[in-house]
Amino acid sequence: MAQNLDYLKETPSQTAGPYVHIGLAPGAAGFDIYRSELGWDIAGPNAAGERIRVEGVVIDGTGNPVKDVLIEAWQANASGVYAHPESECDVEDGFRGWGRVITDFETGEWGFDTVKPGPVKARRKLGTGPLHEPANAGGDWLGRADEAHEDMAPHINLWIVARGINIGLNTRVYFDDEAEANAKDPVLNLIEWQNRRPTLIAKRSERDGKVVYRFDIRLQGENETVFFDI
Amino acid sequence: MSQAEFYQRDRERHPPALTPDYKTSVARSPRNALISLQQSVSEITGPVFGHNDIDPIDNDLIHNYAKAGESAIGERIIVHGRVLDENGRPVAGTLVEAWQANAGGRYRHKKDTYLAPIDPNFGGCGRTITDENGYYFFRTVKPGAYPWRNWVNNWRPAHIHMSIFGTSFSQRLITQCYFEGDPLIAKCPIVKTIPTQDGIDSLVAALDLNATIPLDSIAYKFDIVLRGRRSTLFENRLEGN
Repeated sequence: MAQNLDYLKETPSQTAGPYVHIGLAPGAAGFDIYRSELGWDIAGPNAAGERIRVEGVVIDGTGNPVKDVLIEAWQANASGVYAHPESECDVEDGFRGWGRVITDFETGEWGFDTVKPGPVKARRKLGTGPLHEPANAGGDWLGRADEAHEDMAPHINLWIVARGINIGLNTRVYFDDEAEANAKDPVLNLIEWQNRRPTLIAKRSERDGKVVYRFDIRLQGENETVFFDI
Repeated sequence: MSQAEFYQRDRERHPPALTPDYKTSVARSPRNALISLQQSVSEITGPVFGHNDIDPIDNDLIHNYAKAGESAIGERIIVHGRVLDENGRPVAGTLVEAWQANAGGRYRHKKDTYLAPIDPNFGGCGRTITDENGYYFFRTVKPGAYPWRNWVNNWRPAHIHMSIFGTSFSQRLITQCYFEGDPLIAKCPIVKTIPTQDGIDSLVAALDLNATIPLDSIAYKFDIVLRGRRSTLFENRLEGN
């Protein structure tokens, strides 16, 4: 026997269930209760950068849309800065960088409006010692990369919950018009199977003068989206 | 920026994606392994909420949807506790959201058609922000059990859904709070997605007679633990403490 480390253990996850909207988006459940619901405006009116829409559908292993899913988005602004007290500079007034989106209950289609995020600077290397030289992108055959300390291509982080999803799924949206940055992105390069990387890249088009990125999420089966343990 | 990351999530503490006795998980569970990431700035940061985002009444589910002078029907309860991290430190100023069925087991949702009646004075959701000690509370009615079609005769134990943010997107968590003494807990296929009895027990709120409001409301205590953060030597000083 050894000493007890005295850490607490994380509370286990449970599914958000089919009625997640009551708690997190009551208007969609069919009633009006709060002064304001959270998460409907990601960028705010003052954010610099290109205004975009990201939309898609979540598809289950049978090929059908998941109509009761809820997605949260977390992103940096166009300068690559997160709205967080530890960030080294401020973001635009009203830019929260976080949003919540639900589907159309009949079709499963979802979408949110925001600004396109900028590239995100690497985390400083922890510990003392000389300036760190990053390992090769993607690392060796034991996955010994150092992706946390390299600059990242523009991306939006997503967290997906629904009935039947026991613990929220994390993934990232990258952009197909950022091919050069994507090719150097340490997280995309960490995905050993190159044919799975495109599951994280949204396709740009224009509709009625608006920039729209399509990002379908496949929970299972052919072209299953890459999900991360963060 | 403090650059310390959060402790790796203990995936053996959480339900796996595929749990065939909870049937809906079968077609909604990824089959490929998750790709494990070192945390970048994208994972270490997360949204921040303040008291201007919510109203004081939001954590009182007995009254926050009731007509003036009326209140929700059911057993009046307090659900209270602390949000802590794995280091045992309070997580202050974090948003906690809750939602639940009414005392009859009916949700106020356009896609719930269970025959138990809607309570006109009960919405079924609340939210609050933890204080400097990580403390939160909700006042509500005890939710009812209700049937659902998994196997034909499955009944959900009384439960309140809880959504918690912490300070980092990597701490984001949704869970469910059950109530001490409920015989349906041990029979529930959703509860049993959790691999350990210790993990299940950690989701069961304890009857807390010390926190009751005498002659008004009974109380249950439900503490929530989020991922802890490393303390790491950086430029010769400790970060994350």
